Amino acid sequence: MSGRREFKVVGRSEPKIDALGMAAGRAAYTDDIELPGMLHAKFLWSPHAHARIVRIDASKARALPGVACVLTHEDVPRNIHTTAGQGYPEPSPYDTRMLDAKVRYVGDRVAAVAAETRAIAEQAVRLIEVEYEVLPAVLDLGEAMRPGAPVIHDEPDCKAVIPVPYEPQRNLAGHVDMQIGDPERAFAAAPVQVEVTCETHYGQHTPIEPHVTICWLDADNRLVIRTSTQVPFHVRRIVAQSCGIPVRRIRVIKPRIGGGFGAKQEVLEDLVAMLALRTGRPVKHEYTRPEEFVSSRTRHPARGRVRLGLAQDGSPQAIDLEVLVNTGAYGSHALTVACNCGSKTLPLYPCPNVGFRADSVYTNLPVGGAYRGYGATQAAFPMEVAMDVAAEKLGMDPVELRRKIHIREGQGSAVFRALGEGKSGVEQKIGSCKLDECLTRGAEAIGWKEKRGRDRHIDKRLKRGVGMCALMQGSSIPEIDMGAASLKLNDDGSFNLLVGATDLGTGSDTVLAQIAAETLDVPLDHVIVYSSDTDLTPFDVGAYASSTTYLSGEAVRKAAAIVREQILAVAAGMLGLPPGDAAKLRTADRAVHAPDGRSVTYAQVALHALYDADQHQIGTIASHITHASPPPFAAHFAEVEVDTETGFCRVVKYVAAVDCGTAINPKLAEGQTEGAVVNGIGYALTEELLFDQHGRCRNPNFGHYKILSTRDLPELVTILVPSYEPTGPYGAKSVSEISINGPLPAISNAIYDAVGVRLFRSPFTPERILRALKESGRT
Amino acid sequence: MRLELTINGVPRVFEVAPEALLIDVLREQAGCRSVKRGCEAGDCGACTVLVDGRPLASCLLLAGQVAGRSITTVEGLGTPERPHPLMTALVEAGAVQCGFCIPGVILSAKALLDENPNPTAADVRQALDGHLCRCTGYVKQIEAVLNAAARLRAGKEGAR
Repeated sequence: MSGRREFKVVGRSEPKIDALGMAAGRAAYTDDIELPGMLHAKFLWSPHAHARIVRIDASKARALPGVACVLTHEDVPRNIHTTAGQGYPEPSPYDTRMLDAKVRYVGDRVAAVAAETRAIAEQAVRLIEVEYEVLPAVLDLGEAMRPGAPVIHDEPDCKAVIPVPYEPQRNLAGHVDMQIGDPERAFAAAPVQVEVTCETHYGQHTPIEPHVTICWLDADNRLVIRTSTQVPFHVRRIVAQSCGIPVRRIRVIKPRIGGGFGAKQEVLEDLVAMLALRTGRPVKHEYTRPEEFVSSRTRHPARGRVRLGLAQDGSPQAIDLEVLVNTGAYGSHALTVACNCGSKTLPLYPCPNVGFRADSVYTNLPVGGAYRGYGATQAAFPMEVAMDVAAEKLGMDPVELRRKIHIREGQGSAVFRALGEGKSGVEQKIGSCKLDECLTRGAEAIGWKEKRGRDRHIDKRLKRGVGMCALMQGSSIPEIDMGAASLKLNDDGSFNLLVGATDLGTGSDTVLAQIAAETLDVPLDHVIVYSSDTDLTPFDVGAYASSTTYLSGEAVRKAAAIVREQILAVAAGMLGLPPGDAAKLRTADRAVHAPDGRSVTYAQVALHALYDADQHQIGTIASHITHASPPPFAAHFAEVEVDTETGFCRVVKYVAAVDCGTAINPKLAEGQTEGAVVNGIGYALTEELLFDQHGRCRNPNFGHYKILSTRDLPELVTILVPSYEPTGPYGAKSVSEISINGPLPAISNAIYDAVGVRLFRSPFTPERILRALKESGRT
Repeated sequence: MRLELTINGVPRVFEVAPEALLIDVLREQAGCRSVKRGCEAGDCGACTVLVDGRPLASCLLLAGQVAGRSITTVEGLGTPERPHPLMTALVEAGAVQCGFCIPGVILSAKALLDENPNPTAADVRQALDGHLCRCTGYVKQIEAVLNAAARLRAGKEGAR
C-alpha cells in the first residue's frame, strides 16, 4: 500500500501536548477568565411542555437594582434558524428563534437576564411575569404523527433549507427512505426470517464542564464569543444569522473544552451574544447541571425494527430497517441522525435487497442533538440483536455468522451511494477492514468458546452469560466536510500549526501535531498547535462525524508536505544546488541533508528565508475534503452476571476490539475506546432521563441520572487491531464514536445467554430484567 | 465578613458574604481556577479541594465553615515545570483527556496516597469513586495513580 513506511512520531503514544497544563490546573477553559465589569446571565425556562405566551411582563425584573438587561421574545430579532452546528446549508430544519412567543418543551427558553451578580440575575428571572395558554402536548413518540395530534411547529416560517421531506403540520421533522433490489420478494423466498424491534431512551452527554459562554465587545466593537463549542465556525455563522449581524463582526474563540460528545455541536450562544450586544458589557452564561440535562441537548430516542431474510447458510437475502426517531421540540439533527441509522449499520452486511425508512418526529420533550454514535447507537441495537436471534435460528455461532457475512476489503455497498446526510451518498469501496481479526481476538479475550451457551450458575441466583456484536461507523462526511490547516516555519526551526479542527478534550491537537511532525521530520515539541479561533485559524467544520484525525489530519499532512518542499527549495539554494536538485535532498532530525553529506538546519533555513535572501515566510494553508468515509470496524464482547432475584445486571468483563486503521497515538485511541465503552455501558444499564405526565424531567442531576464511576467498572479490555486505510493520513481512520454503539446489543445478547430473556428496551434496569424474567416464567 | 484561610501554604484574608461558597471564593477571589464547577451538588467531584488534607467538595461548603483551615488545590501541588508525580503519571498514562475532572482526581488520589502509600487497584477505585469522568472510562486514571504510588514509594526509599 502506498505511503507506508517506518514512522518516527506517528504510531507512538506521545503524551497529550496540553495535558500537563490541565493537570497543573492552569486556567485554560472558557470560564477561567474574569473580565472587568462582567455581567452574569440567567435564563427563564418554560414550565410547560407546550404553551403560547399570552403576556410577558419583565418590568419588575428590569426595575431590580443590578439588572442590566432583560430580553423576552418581544425584544429580540425573530430570525429563524437551526441550532444544529452543521455545514451550510444545514440538513436540519429552520424551526428555532432566539426567543419565541411559543414554548415547546419544559426547559425551553422564555427570557434572559444579565445582571451584576448571578444571584441578582436569578432573582430577576423569578420576577418575570408570564401568562401562558397551555396547549395539549405530544409526550409519546408513537403519538406524534397520529391524525389530530397537536401541531408543535404551526408557525408559518419554519422550513427545510435543502430539498428534503419536511411536514411540520404532521410533526414530521425529517424523513428518509431508500430501497435496493426487491426486499419484499426476497423476504418471501428467504428460508430464515427474523424480526426484532428495539427501543432506546433519552440520554444526555454529561460533559463534566457544562456549556459555558462569555461574550464581549472588543475595542473595534466586534463581538467576541469565547465558548465551549465543538464547532466554532458554525457558531460564528449561526449566531450572526440569529442575531442579524454580519459574520465579519464576530470572532469565536474556542479555549480548552471540558468534553462535548456532541452536546457542544449545538449553537446555543446567540442569546448570550445578544445580551452583550445590548449591554455593551461582557456577559457570562453557564448552564447549571439540571439545565445541561434538560435544556442543552440529548440523545434522540428511537424505535427501530429490523427484519432479516437469510439463506440457510446465513447469507443475507433481504434486510429491512424501519426507524422512528424522536427529535423532541426542535429538529436539530433530526434528519441526519435518522439517515445514519441506516448508513452506519446496513453496509456492514452486504445484501442484494435492502429497505430502509426512517421518520424523525417532533414531540414536546427535550431536544435531540448530536451525540457520539449519532444514529448508529440507536440502530446497531436492533440490528445486532437480530443477528443474535438469526444465529440461534440458523444453529450458528454468532461470531461465525458475522465472520461469514460481514463486508470485506475491496467490497462496496449500494447503501454508501444511496444514503448520505440529507442527500445521496458517495460510492466507496472498503479500503481497510480487519473486522475478521477483531472477531477472532475479541472472542479469545473474552473466552467466548468456553463461556458461550454454557449454563454458568455462580450460585442459584447469579447467572453469567456472554454476548457480542459487530460494528461500523464512518470517518467524516464525504464530499461535505472540509478541514484546513495553516503551517509556518519559525526562526528556531519550530512550526506554528493553526487548525480549525477543534480539540474538545479528545487529544486531536496532539494527533494533528504528530502528523505534522512526522511529515516534517521534527520532534513533536517543535510543532506548536493552536486550535480554533475564527479570526486566526483556517476553516474546519469542527469536531464531529468522526472526522478530525481522518479529514483534518490529511489537511495537516498536505500542509506539512508543502512546507517541507518549500524548506527543501530554500535549502537547495543555500547549498548551491540548482533548484531541480531539491528532490535529491532528504530531511531528518530538523535538518536538510545533501547527498554529499552537507546539511543545513531548519533554523538556518528559516533565518535565511526571513533575513537573508529572497526574503519570505515559509508556510502555507492546505484544505482537504474526502471522497470516502472509510468505516472503522469493531467487535465487542460482554460478559454479564444477572441476579435473577433482583434483576440486577452487572457487566463482569467487556472486550472492545477495534480496527481504526493506523492509531496515530495508540494510548489516545485506547482512551477514546475506553471512554466510549464506559459511556455506552452506562447508557445500556443505568442512564435514563425520566419524565412525568406533564413532560417535566424528573431526574436532571447526577444523583438520579447515574453515570458509571470507578466502582462500577467491569474489567475492560481494549484491543487495537491495526489496518492501513489508503485514503487516510498515514493509514488512519476514525476511532472516537464507534465504540459507544456496542454495549446495548452486546449486553442484551449476553443477558439472553445468561438467563434466556431478551431485552429490547433500554436501559436494562433491574425492573425491566425482572419483568422479562417473570413474563418468560424463568424466575 | 472577614475570612482567613491558608491556601496552598499561604495565609490569605478575604472579605466574603456569609453565604459565599468555598468554590466561589477559591475561583473568583483566590484565583484558584483549577477548582472546577461541574454540578454544584457534590455529585461530580470536579470542585474537590483538600481541607486539612481531606478531600471535600468545595461547592457544598460555605467558605465560613472552613475559616482558619488549610486548603490545598492542585496549584499548590506542582506546576508544569515542577509537576507532582501524580500529574506526571496521569499525563504519561494518557489519563488526561478533557482534563476537567483531573484536578479533583489528583487531590483525592493525593489524600489516598498520603494515608496509604501502597494502595491496591480496589483502593484507588474507592478513592476516585466520587470523581465523574466522561472521557476516559477511568482505566488509565486508575493505572496512573498506581504508577504514581509506586514512583513515590521508590522516591522515598531512594531518599533514605
